[in-house]
Amino acid sequence: MLAAITLLLLFQLAGEAIALYFALPVPGPVIGMALLFAALAWRGGPSVELRGTAQTLLQHLSLLFVPAGVGVMLHIQRMADEWLPIVAALVISTIVTIAVTALVLRALHVHEKESS
Amino acid sequence: MNPRLGEIWVYLSASPLLGLTLTLIAYQGAVRINGHCKGHPLANPVLLAVSVLVFLLWATGTPYQTYFDGAQFVHFLLGPATVALAIPLYAQLPRLKRMAGPLLLALIAGSLTAAVSAVLVGKLLGASAATLLSLAPKSVTTPIAMGIAERIGGLPSLTAVLVILTGIVGAVGARYVYLLLRIDDHAVRGFAIGVASHGIGTARAFQVSEQAGAFAALAMGLNGLLTAVLLPMLMPALMRWLG
Repeated sequence: MLAAITLLLLFQLAGEAIALYFALPVPGPVIGMALLFAALAWRGGPSVELRGTAQTLLQHLSLLFVPAGVGVMLHIQRMADEWLPIVAALVISTIVTIAVTALVLRALHVHEKESS
Repeated sequence: MNPRLGEIWVYLSASPLLGLTLTLIAYQGAVRINGHCKGHPLANPVLLAVSVLVFLLWATGTPYQTYFDGAQFVHFLLGPATVALAIPLYAQLPRLKRMAGPLLLALIAGSLTAAVSAVLVGKLLGASAATLLSLAPKSVTTPIAMGIAERIGGLPSLTAVLVILTGIVGAVGARYVYLLLRIDDHAVRGFAIGVASHGIGTARAFQVSEQAGAFAALAMGLNGLLTAVLLPMLMPALMRWLG
């Protein structure tokens, strides 16, 4: 558990360092994820310990968004003034995005299955 | 109130312990309610926990910063959790390789749709420029979205909130989209929700199946990368075109 958490933090740290050094617009943890993915592909998979720790952490992924979500209280005034465009944009755009992505992927994927 | 109790409240309400404990209690209560509702997407744990906490802070007159001093310990774990997404992703490696082409095209289509459709709808209904620029990166995971908002001239803290709301909309709504369009493949379901609603969508996808979760995590990561590159180039032109 401790070794696995240390490993995750090390990869995050490496990601942050790379992002800062090259002034990338991509956040460090995402680069850390890419690095860990590459390392796993190279080494042939995670240890049992790393897999278990990741599972525990990801099981409670929703919890980790709560503190930032409570930040909604800082923007109550703007949200009250512009609630209609904001709500409409969020709902319509999110639903359309899910539909477009899923339809494109299904169309290409099915097409590929049939041709192979 | 008993003066002694008042003193204790003054002390505890300013210490990080209270914000942290309240976050954990509110979340576990929300998960329990979600269980009672048989995982119904409208009883989303993030939505429930955030609503309860905002109400509590408002009712006790506690500033967000005081709350966040405690809650930041939970917030911090977002970093290592993002790194940990590499592990379920790796488990899907053979499938990823097989589907690489279609995944990439679907990603580009979804990423552009997410940003452009949000800005267009917002503009049509009269949102201000700052709100539009904060809306554009809404489908990307919080830390990336805040970075993008800052770069293109939006309000990072407003973006953080819009990102969370987008995640909740996706987690709640995806099921109905899939029912309507008859999409059953868990890989497709996961990927689409990951593109549209990042980590909260991914958390929801993990509740459905490990495979859906892994594809959602992949989509979230890739969309974060792509949007971070695309939006700073696309938004100035889009905003000029909209006037």
